[in-house]
Formats: sequence, C-alpha cells, structure tokens
Amino acid sequence: MESTTENSTMENSPRQSAATVGIDPSIVSMVDAIPSNAPVVPVMRLKDVAVSFNGKVAVRDVTFDVGKNRVTSMIGPSGSGKTTLLRALNRLHDLTKSAVVTGSITLDDVDIYKGGIPTTLLRTRVGMVFQRPNPFPTMSIYDNVASGLRFNGIKKKAFLDDAIEHSLRAAALWDSVESRLKVAAATLSGGEQQRLCIARALAVEPEILLMDEPTSSLDPVSTQHIEDLLTSLKEIVTIVIVTHNMQQAARVSDDCAFLLMGEDRAGELIEFATTEKIFTNPTDKRTLDYIQGRFG
Amino acid sequence: MSIEAAVLTGEPETVGAGRARKRSAGSDVPYRILIGAFAALIGAVLVLYFYSIIDQSIPGWQVAGWHFFYGTNWNFFNRQYGALPLIFGTLITTTLALVLAVPVSIGAAMAIVFLIPRRARLAVSSIVELLAFVPSVIFGVWGYLTIQPWLDRTVQPWLVKVFHHNWPFNTNGSGFGLMLGSMVLAVMIIPTITAITRDVLIAVPAELIEGGLSLGATRGQVLRRIALPTSRTGIIGAITLGAARALGETIALFLLLGALDPNHPFPRGLNSGLATLSTEIVANFGQLSGTKPLGVICCLSLVLMVIVGLTNLAARLVVRRSLQRLQP
Ligand SMILES: Nc1ncnc2c1ncn2[C@@H]1O[C@H](COP(=O)(O)OP(=O)(O)OP(=O)(O)O)[C@@H](O)[C@H]1O
Ligand SMILES: [Mg+2]
Repeated sequence: MESTTENSTMENSPRQSAATVGIDPSIVSMVDAIPSNAPVVPVMRLKDVAVSFNGKVAVRDVTFDVGKNRVTSMIGPSGSGKTTLLRALNRLHDLTKSAVVTGSITLDDVDIYKGGIPTTLLRTRVGMVFQRPNPFPTMSIYDNVASGLRFNGIKKKAFLDDAIEHSLRAAALWDSVESRLKVAAATLSGGEQQRLCIARALAVEPEILLMDEPTSSLDPVSTQHIEDLLTSLKEIVTIVIVTHNMQQAARVSDDCAFLLMGEDRAGELIEFATTEKIFTNPTDKRTLDYIQGRFG
Repeated sequence: MSIEAAVLTGEPETVGAGRARKRSAGSDVPYRILIGAFAALIGAVLVLYFYSIIDQSIPGWQVAGWHFFYGTNWNFFNRQYGALPLIFGTLITTTLALVLAVPVSIGAAMAIVFLIPRRARLAVSSIVELLAFVPSVIFGVWGYLTIQPWLDRTVQPWLVKVFHHNWPFNTNGSGFGLMLGSMVLAVMIIPTITAITRDVLIAVPAELIEGGLSLGATRGQVLRRIALPTSRTGIIGAITLGAARALGETIALFLLLGALDPNHPFPRGLNSGLATLSTEIVANFGQLSGTKPLGVICCLSLVLMVIVGLTNLAARLVVRRSLQRLQP
C-alpha cells in the first residue's frame, strides 16, 4: 500500500533534517512519523483566542484547527497558558468570575461561547481528563464510569452495563477491574485511577477529549500504559493533550502547538504545525530553541 | 456563575497521614511523653468524673430502682421517681429541633458556598458564626419574650382551629411547651450545623467539582451527587454536634417548656408542656437536702450522659457504615 512506502521514507527524513537543524536525535526518533494520508478534517477551530483574568492576559493569539481523530499536543514552558487554553475549550473558565475568553472557538462550526450549544451538552461532547486522577471518592468503579451517563439522565441498567464495559475496555482497564466493579475507586493505583478517569470521560462518548498533563503524576509504567492507550483511542475520539514532556508530545501527537510567554509574560501561540514539522523543521526560531532545550 | 469559585480555591484534602507518621517516627521522645501525659490526664479526669457521679447516684438508684426507667410518675418533691417522661422529653425536643434545623442548615450552607455572591459570602458567614456563639440563655430569653407571646396569641389558636382540636394541636396551650422549646432549640443549633457544614462543603476538592462538570453535570447535580456525598462524614459530624448541644440544652428549655402535667406526663400535642432530664436537674438541684434526692439528680445526669454518648456512638456507626459500603 501507499502508506508503507510513505512510512519508510518518512522514517528517515526527520532524522536527517533534524541533524541539519541540530535537534537531539533521540527526540526526533520518537516522532510518530506516520502522517495520515487522509485529509485533516477540523472538528474544533480556534481563532484569535485569548483568555484573561481580571483584565490581565494569560494567553492570546491562538489560532489553529484541531483535526478529527488526531492527537494535538500543546507544549510550552510553565506559565505559557497551556492549561488556561485547554480549559477554555470546554468552558471550564465559566466557574471563574474574573476569567474572560475572547476570540472564537467553534465545534462543528458552532461557536461554543455564543450560546449555540448549552454548556452541559458541550461538556459531554468535549470531555476532560485532569492532571491528577480525580475519581469520585464516594462512588464505586462502576458508578464512577456511569456517572456521566447518569448525569445525562440515563438509568437503564442494561445500557449502563454495556457502556461501562465498553469504556473500561477502551481505557484498557476492564480486565483488571471486571471482578471488582463495586469496589471504591480509591482502592485503585494512581495509574489505574487515571485510566478510570479516561473511561469515565469516554463513557459519554465525547468527540474531543482534553487531557491536561494526564501522566505527570504517574510512574513510568503507568505513563507508558496511557501513552499506548492514546494511540488506540485516536480511532474513536479526537485528543488534545497538554504535556510538559517533549518526548511524550513527539511520541503521541500528530499536531503540535507551541506556546511561549511574550515580553509581558502573557502566553501566546508561537507555532502550530504537524508534530513532525515542529520537532524536525520548525519555522520559528523560538520553537527551535525550546525543542533544543534552551529554555523552559 | 461565581458559585464554585470559593470551592475552586479550597485546598484539596491532601491529608498526609503517611508523612505525619514518618515524622513522629523520628522518635521525638520528650514530645511523645508530653502528649502521653496529656492524654492520661484527660483519661484520669474522665474516670474520676464517672466514678464520682456513679458513686453519688447509688443512693438514687436505691430509692428509684428500675422504676426510674419505666415509671411515668415524675414528681421530685413527692419523691416519685419515674423518669421516663424526662427521657422522652429530652429525646423529643432534640428530635424535633433536628427535624427543623437539619434541612435549613444544610440548605443555608449550600447557599453560602454555591449560591451567594462571593462578596456577600463573608458577611453571611460571619453572621452565622456569630450566632453560633450566642449563649443559650439569650436564646431562651428571646424565645420567652418574643416567640412565646406570638405562639400564644396568633399561631397556636389558629393551628388549633385549623386542626379542629385534633392531634398534634389538640390543646389550647399557653405558648410554652414542646413547640416553643423545639423551635428555639432549632434556631440555636442551626448556626452550629450551618457553619460546620459550610466548612465541609468548602473543603470539597475543586478537581471533583470540575470533574463532574466536565461530564456534563449541572451545578445542581454536582452539588447533590458529588459535593454532598463527599462531605457526608463532616455533615454527620455537624449534625451530631448540633444534637449534642440540643440534648444538653438546659436553661433555654427551662424557660420555654412550660410545666410537666402530672396527669399527662407525655405531651399530648405540640402545645403541651413537658420537662427534660436537664431541665429537671436544674429545677431541682439543691432543693431537697439528703443523699437520696441528690442521688436521684445524679441518676438523671448519668442517664443524660449515656444518651449523649450513645448519640455520638450512633453517629460514628452511621459514618462507618456509609464508608464501609464501598470498601472491598
Ligand atoms: N484562575 C486564574 N486566575 C488568575 N490567573 C490565572 C488563573 N489561572 C491561570 N492564571 C494565570 O495564567 C497564566 C498561565 O497559567 P497556566 O496554568 O495556563 O500555565 P501552564 O502553561 O498550564 O503552566 P504549567 O505548565 O505550569 O501547568 C499564569 O500566569 C497564571 O498565573
Ligand atoms: Mg498547566
């Protein structure tokens, strides 16, 4: 097939171009260099997005498209506004009175801030996995995964049973919890808890899954598990992932957004491109500096 | 919109039990001895207290006997020691007060945390806290001067008419009695339960609230299905504290409960007068000399202590049960 030939040529080219620009080849070798041949279909589009708190800009000038069934990573130094931007995508800033989101964010061409879609519905379509696993402590494993469906009024046991098995399988957790679904979620290990949270988010069948440093509180083995998971999840859900770990961004993502603080300490989007391009041949000097570890 | 803002800023409960243990494992011997000494002191005071009250109640048990627990003829001056109406009085006033106070308190706490704008929150919280510190005698006098006349002249005649002299508004009361006592008792414990419930709700980790919202939950759903269940241990604790205050409340109820009717030792309705263990202790203490009457007073004290202790135990069991439901 065509993709195999594409593959082999692409496998080498990043390293070569990396050598020319002086990027650590160990990172480059991790780039998942399989550009999908299918055209990229934007599912969420950000245009001139900015978020400010109490009038102080935290992140601005963000314009890019999130491609359907792709993994989009956001990288950048601490304070560059990655979390702030991610939380704007499912309106979590609504809770913070001082937060103002400007610009436009559209989901299937509907502006999510212009009342075109109820916030609760938006959040079932755009789910979130947090930095620290946050299973609901008073609920069992089963109830945790069922919670999103129940919030949305689904009560039928057969349906829930099905959805829960399906979600837990998708999160690669089913085999280890099948026999103890009624046990408190808190009894799971940290990595298992994070996979539970992924299953919980998947259960409502979101179109987009936002993940804020989902592996930063986990050990290397659990991290590996979740990274493996992301690649398979791509089939069913579009993923936007914030990560501090450049190797991780290189390994798991198809597209990459690089954010950096400007002179006035407000974060801004410096470059958005395919992960391959960002890690092998970035357009902006600052991206290159960051990739090469000159700051952050 | 700002409702969860305070919750968001609330520190997540990261109780470092492991860290605490490690630290004390550093074998800080003098520190440990000091703590041990304080613990022993508290234990000693408790033992001494129970010993003396049990010791002094023995003459009381000798005259009252088992009759104390099932007899219904309570008349201290005529040396009739059937204390069941008093035990009932203590339990019914507290129960009614809790029935009134718990929904109001939890509702108020939820409003403070999730509804009231941030700026007003501090003011409302401060008022609630202040009310929790008001001495009970002030509530008693307030009930006596303000609520009693209102009940007597307006509320109770109307209720008796509406109920056609049926239970629980069968008698034309004086305003004093079960209704007045329970109402004022409820007002007394509402600030306590509200303040503690508020603190417990504020401590719900923001991650859980955001986790719920991110699954498409409404704010109401997050409150009911996440914030309240997560806080239940603390809320049960708040209710227990309220109950303890109500069970032991003396002076306010002494002013408000009216008189125990010897012909109807159990209140026939909400307008009837009654007495509780604590109001009888304060009414009769030192009235009759001799070890026997004093012994009976000590019996009342002891029974009250046991009731308070059992309430505490029951609360602990409820907490444990609710936690256990989820354990493997
Ligand atoms: N609720 C808030 N109120 C005020 N300022 C905020 C709030 N949340 C974030 N900020 C500010 O926005 C800026 C960006 O923060 P953000 O958490 O998005 O950075 P980040 O890129 O996720 O950093 P990290 O990599 O450390 O997680 C920071 O300067 C921060 O102080
Ligand atoms: Mg962050």
